[in-house]
Amino acid sequence: MPNDKSAKPSITTYADHEVITPPNRLRDAVSTAANPADDPVGRAERALALLSGEFSGWMDAECERLHAARGELKAKGFSPETHEALFHAAHDIKGEAATFGYPFVTSLAESLCRLIEHTPDTARIPIALVDQHVDAVRAVVRESKRADIAVIAAALTEKLREVTEEFLAHANRERPDYLDGICAPPLDL
Amino acid sequence: MVRIDFNKLRFLVIDDNAHMRRILRTLLHGFGAREVYEAEDGAAGLEAFTHFMPDIVLTDWAMPIFDGLELAQMIRQPGANANPYAPIIMLTGHSEKKRVVAARDAGITEFMAKPISAKSLYQRILNVVANPRPFIKTKTYFGPDRRRNVNSNYVGPERRKGGKADVIRQSPLLDKAKVAG
Repeated sequence: MPNDKSAKPSITTYADHEVITPPNRLRDAVSTAANPADDPVGRAERALALLSGEFSGWMDAECERLHAARGELKAKGFSPETHEALFHAAHDIKGEAATFGYPFVTSLAESLCRLIEHTPDTARIPIALVDQHVDAVRAVVRESKRADIAVIAAALTEKLREVTEEFLAHANRERPDYLDGICAPPLDL
Repeated sequence: MVRIDFNKLRFLVIDDNAHMRRILRTLLHGFGAREVYEAEDGAAGLEAFTHFMPDIVLTDWAMPIFDGLELAQMIRQPGANANPYAPIIMLTGHSEKKRVVAARDAGITEFMAKPISAKSLYQRILNVVANPRPFIKTKTYFGPDRRRNVNSNYVGPERRKGGKADVIRQSPLLDKAKVAG
């Protein structure tokens, strides 16, 4: 592994802070390309493409997890555990769906995440709206081969987001600062 | 052109989702990395960090036991472990501004919103390897310099006190490599 493990950082002290320049342990890993044709990003994309045969099975498993979390919630009611399990399942789908080849699911899962995360009193999260989100996610995954899936998913997403945002605006009407924060556009990272 | 020898780097991937760990491992191996270790929650991640001494940590945010933010805070404890300066790349489904700010204030080196791509991951790794930032230590913060750029349009009082220069610029290896190449 890279060198300099024993080197000390250089420290410059100011009135209220220190600036520390750590030894660069990773220096040895940087070089100029000996082979301009070398394409590590392309290699990684090809490796991912080889793995992609498993993605539909993984997506099905994530949908089942979401479905099970919804079932637990309905059976046991809202508790920190059921709340967390449902949010986590939706959040994972939000982050993974596009990578797995289901880009139209991302916004649906995001809307469900917002509903779960930003309702101040979890007991007041409308179960019917949770149901509609979960069913929509599963339906879009199941019907992903349809030629018109983009149109169907967009219509579902638009309606569910509209209802969710209206509910969140009402539920957070007593805390306008929080509402402003959650309505700010996400950063493009 | 800058090249990273991934086979000289040791990675630790911490994510409770096995699918995401597999994807990250695949991408890292595709880049050329040979040493990729995995952990499935924050506690196992901290243990693996201590045991394997990775050069770069890739972590999720939302995880059981303790999350990626708490993990970062534990790593960024001067004197508490062998390498509190290790680059930490956070990969997360969260992209709200308040989340990004919280991650930055916990000492995260790079933030990457999912969905991930080979190109965006490579870029983050290139940044931490070829363009390291100095660390800042105050009463309330220890981590990479949160000021990535000098904003000439900034209006307001200087918040860091005491001296002619607040930041010691480290000559980026990226520039050195360009000159050398």
